[in-house]
Amino acid sequence: MAHILFRHRDIPDIHKFDVYVANGGYEGLKKALTMKPSEVIDVVRASNLRGRGGAGFPTGLKWSFIPKAAGDKYVLVNSDESEMGTFKDRELLEKNPHQVIEGTLIAAYAIGAELAFNYCRGEFMDVGYAFEEALLECRANNIVGKNILGSDFNCEYYTYYGAGAYICGEETALIKSLEGELGQPWSKPPFPAIEGLYQKPTVVNNTETLANVPPIIVNGAEWYTKIGTEKSTGPKLMCLSGHINNPGNYEIEMGSITYHDLVYGEEYGGGIPGGKKFKALLPVGGSGPIINEAALEASITYEGLKPFGSDMGSGSVVVMDETVDIVWVAMKLAHFFSHESCGKCTPCREGTYWIDKLLTRIHHGEGSEGDLQTLQSVAGQIGGRCLCALGDFAVSPVAGTYRHFADEFKAKVNGSQ
Amino acid sequence: MIREKYPAEIEGLLKRYPHKKSAVLPLMHLAQHVYGYMSKEAMHEVAEILDLDPTHILSLAGFYSLFYEEKVGKYVLEICNDLACALCGAEEFVQMACDKLGIGVDETTEDGLFTVKTVMCLAACDRAPMLQCNLKFHENLNEAKFDQLITQLRREATAGPSEMGVVERISAYAKQA
Repeated sequence: MAHILFRHRDIPDIHKFDVYVANGGYEGLKKALTMKPSEVIDVVRASNLRGRGGAGFPTGLKWSFIPKAAGDKYVLVNSDESEMGTFKDRELLEKNPHQVIEGTLIAAYAIGAELAFNYCRGEFMDVGYAFEEALLECRANNIVGKNILGSDFNCEYYTYYGAGAYICGEETALIKSLEGELGQPWSKPPFPAIEGLYQKPTVVNNTETLANVPPIIVNGAEWYTKIGTEKSTGPKLMCLSGHINNPGNYEIEMGSITYHDLVYGEEYGGGIPGGKKFKALLPVGGSGPIINEAALEASITYEGLKPFGSDMGSGSVVVMDETVDIVWVAMKLAHFFSHESCGKCTPCREGTYWIDKLLTRIHHGEGSEGDLQTLQSVAGQIGGRCLCALGDFAVSPVAGTYRHFADEFKAKVNGSQ
Repeated sequence: MIREKYPAEIEGLLKRYPHKKSAVLPLMHLAQHVYGYMSKEAMHEVAEILDLDPTHILSLAGFYSLFYEEKVGKYVLEICNDLACALCGAEEFVQMACDKLGIGVDETTEDGLFTVKTVMCLAACDRAPMLQCNLKFHENLNEAKFDQLITQLRREATAGPSEMGVVERISAYAKQA
């Protein structure tokens, strides 16, 4: 099947404007400009496109929350891509930047925004040149700027580079960062759709989400809903890393394969190196519960892993073989969240610190039975009590790994491992 | 100093934002590129350009991990040892790098050339082990490639860089739009 998002894998040099246009590029924007903004939103709603950054919120619905009244509005692209195990947006920005730009401009037209920023993590400067070049080409070809393609639609579009903060992938933290503040989330409401960047209505969409928009506008919502399942329409980019023969990104049709296929399929991961046995897999990078072998049969969709207590999230799949020490894994994840907690709310700031400390102690064989109980208790004080989702994410390494591998934790505190 | 060296970039960056405070992170990146780290002088210059209190720049430098509050080596080797990379030998790679340079993590070589840091995920998990050096990515590394990189950087330190720095190159786009 031809790629819908990773078109650069089928068409060489599609990062260049001329090649993109010769292969149907900017036809989606042209078509959108002949439609009413509300019609564009209706098509995206009907396509059931859901956010690809992890939360899966319906994109058209998000756009529809923006007030119709005139005034400053903004579209922000979330290319902060910092979830451990995720590197899909990076490939889009480097290899197929025009599709992201086109999706952004269609979103801007739909909500009435005249200014868009692509917020990239600071570490993406080195991979940002292709996107910057693509934006320059767009300016030269009347795709960005005033009276786009001869219409009344004006839109400026720039990149913005963060400076090393995982939390800036959270939409309100991203907005604060772009305003020149510490990247700390605020307690919603107000939602960005009403009060976002500079207190104006703002849409924040993930990079991959926006890359889905041009083909939806060109081919229609009905075409798109035939791809995937009823609740998970369209293609999904999956990032595969860890103990795997063929690490990398894979574009799949949601619902067409299982996690087992992704790990073992010849055209995908190709199995585990050295013929070692599978032990566990993180389906959401560090932000969601770990799964064991039983869950490999789950279909890759937003709903597939629900019965196994986990999620598809942004599609970052980290595979671990039989040699992996699960307590070490939990410690690494806990350390990540302790490092990345923004420090604004107490349960997350203090809780992640203590989880990190406890797991480090347990991992080094210096923990006690009591530490395991304290761990559960601290986790219980974080979940559902924080300003943003980071706190909940920080709990999952503890809850998820302990649920499946309690024996390994117990062995560590009993000094038998 | 960034005002003298990059006037057109700064002007371009300021034009992009409805509120000029938004230019603070891009200007801090430029300042660090010129001053080597977020020194007092660097913070004051950014604060003056944007009419901000220098303490605000200080708080940003503390919050965002790409800014260094202390002096660092000319080349900062930031090795990802987060979980996905660690599964592919990143911890051993960090140790190897430190041993070769004769320093520990967060330390700088005596000649002031290299600092080694460990960092969280850099979105290159399929190319582990990897590092970024002054924001440039080096991927699919091993001991031989690390040696090559160090040799090349030592040469550049005396002969001058073979290409534009990452921050400089990205900031240059602000001159064009």
